Amino acid sequence: MTDISPSTPSRGWWRRNQQRFAPWLFLAPGIAMFLVYVIIPIFQSMSLSLYDWDGLGEKTYIGLDNYRELFDDEAFYTSLKNNVIWLVLYLLAIPAGLFVALFLNQNVTGIRLYKSLFFFPFVISQVVVGLVFSWFYDPSYGLLNIILQGFGLEPIPVLADERYATYGIIAAGLWPQTAYCMILYLTGLNAVDPEQIEAARLDGAKGWRMLWYVVLPQLRPATFIAMVVTIIGALRSFDLISIMTDGGPWGSTRVLAFYMYEQAFSEYGFRMGYGAAIAVVLFAIMMVYISAFLWKMYRDERGR
Amino acid sequence: MFLRTKTLVAALAASTLLASGATARELVINTDTSDPAPKKAFEQLIADFEAEYPDIKVTWNLFDHEGYKTSIRNFLTADSPDLANWYAGNRMLPYVKAGLFAPIDDVWDEHNLHETLAPAAASMTIDGKKWGIPYTYYQWGVYYRLDIFNKLGIEEPKTFDELLAACDTLNANGITPITIGTKYLWTAAGVFDYLDLRTNGYDFHMALTQGEIPWTDDRVRAVFANWKKMLDHDCFIDNHPSWSWQEALAPMVQGEAAMYVMGNFAVAPLREAGLTDDQLDFFQFPVIDPSIPLAEEAPTDTVHLAANAKNVEEAKLFLAFLARPDVQTKINATLGQLPIAKGAEIADDKFLREGYEMLSNTTGGIAQFFDRDAPAEMAKAGMEGFQEFMVKPERLDAILERLEKVRQRVYK
Repeated sequence: MTDISPSTPSRGWWRRNQQRFAPWLFLAPGIAMFLVYVIIPIFQSMSLSLYDWDGLGEKTYIGLDNYRELFDDEAFYTSLKNNVIWLVLYLLAIPAGLFVALFLNQNVTGIRLYKSLFFFPFVISQVVVGLVFSWFYDPSYGLLNIILQGFGLEPIPVLADERYATYGIIAAGLWPQTAYCMILYLTGLNAVDPEQIEAARLDGAKGWRMLWYVVLPQLRPATFIAMVVTIIGALRSFDLISIMTDGGPWGSTRVLAFYMYEQAFSEYGFRMGYGAAIAVVLFAIMMVYISAFLWKMYRDERGR
Repeated sequence: MFLRTKTLVAALAASTLLASGATARELVINTDTSDPAPKKAFEQLIADFEAEYPDIKVTWNLFDHEGYKTSIRNFLTADSPDLANWYAGNRMLPYVKAGLFAPIDDVWDEHNLHETLAPAAASMTIDGKKWGIPYTYYQWGVYYRLDIFNKLGIEEPKTFDELLAACDTLNANGITPITIGTKYLWTAAGVFDYLDLRTNGYDFHMALTQGEIPWTDDRVRAVFANWKKMLDHDCFIDNHPSWSWQEALAPMVQGEAAMYVMGNFAVAPLREAGLTDDQLDFFQFPVIDPSIPLAEEAPTDTVHLAANAKNVEEAKLFLAFLARPDVQTKINATLGQLPIAKGAEIADDKFLREGYEMLSNTTGGIAQFFDRDAPAEMAKAGMEGFQEFMVKPERLDAILERLEKVRQRVYK
């Protein structure tokens, strides 16, 4: 009874290569989506930035003219400068989040309620945050200026003054971002090894030294994620600016993402090529951070 | 009213006969009339049209007012309606140039619209063709608190000097002369338009918005010099970049500010906030140079035939219907605005009557508004410059040079 039927060649090939191909098969839908919605649009934007196009008529190839105009455009430099301010000040959310997390990392009655209250600003929409802060800053009826007047000071029209407007918006942005970093650190603190704390305590470490040498090193993964989300959050800041100042006064609070939107999609825009050129510059700046972080992540993974 | 409709019956009967063979006739209309009054006006308009043409079924897609500005570009190319509403002047130019609106000279010829819609004919014409039907417009001017003016013994200013004097009197009594909210920029353009129309006249203003005059020209500087006078007399409310135009209504309602350079649409919210017609009044923007014929600002709203329309014949019936005086009377009574067609009646409202009187006696010309007369890019840069000038007048040179740079690029 030697009737072992010979397996078909194709099946044998599949058997032999199954291990190698299965992961790619599972990844295929994800990769396809990623290609269609992320990778291909990046290259489309790059090619679009070489054209003059109003979104309706014919595209005209104009080479690097959009970039030439961009580098001679005051509004572009204002946006770039504001992006840098955002990037630097937004990072304050990380230490702020850490201290709120340390403060809340204790066992008292109702701590869950306090934690949720501190997390609340991250849950509500950025649009609502923007509105609340606009009212807070309102030069005639806002709480801030009522307080200032209480101290006998002149009201400051934060959002109508080019000197303060960007900082006013960043302050509004820090509120939810701090909450976000806080949650990252709270989860991180759960994973801190109690034995190490115990050991450090026996060695006489406390206060700042304990935090700096024992707790913080263990929180490195949380810090890393907080850095990534905060930097990306700062670079794509848009909704708060749109709600609170609409880029004003006279365009002084624009950032690159907002300027791109204005040029490409707003009521007075529809310069698709120019908008794409701004997007490419923004992408290049983001790439510096993204690749640095990816590189670090890759190294850490290999180090293990 | 009845007589007028009867005279039209013959013409309409002829046009309905043409289509008597067709079974299901359709018409698709897209509009951005999402605010309460415009929405109701269009509901009525479409119901009346269907009553008159029972064999035509109208599909009406209502868009959010702001979202429409983006979506009109998509639907005109991808999934075109037969008719879409939009605005006159330069605002319709991109769609005309891209071949998305169709000319309707035949409708204008057939129904004698060159005569009945004469006041808006110029703003509907591009390359010698007519591109839509204007159905409503409204005046701009100065809305003010009559009770405050009366209490302080201020008369309606007829000249610029009287306006400045009124500002001084109001300031001396602790009242902000003019409220304005420039967060969304365009309100400042209203002030600029009037100062330019009064300083240099309509033809210059049109040449400027069409890019024929450098922003660094001395005549443009003269406009800003007049504006500077208003700033020196502390005419405008402080911190205006903080507020939208609606938020800036509050000081006026509370009696902390006395005037607002605005369009007639500001009357409705002011009335809703509790101001009566005894407290609220209107005057024409004062004369600056008596040798310049008075021109006014009166933006016109329009309906256009889409180039990719499927039901062209029905769409043209609708356009002719919309051009009729009795139809425009009714729609504008609901809108609280002015009809364009000659022979249409003005609603019984003091502001509409004053506006109508002012606009019918306008000899200088009727401007659409800065952001409708100038192309979008120039408008945006210009309005930003106006806002900056109102707060930082010392930067005038830098602002004008920046605008000139934009002009040279935009009107290539």
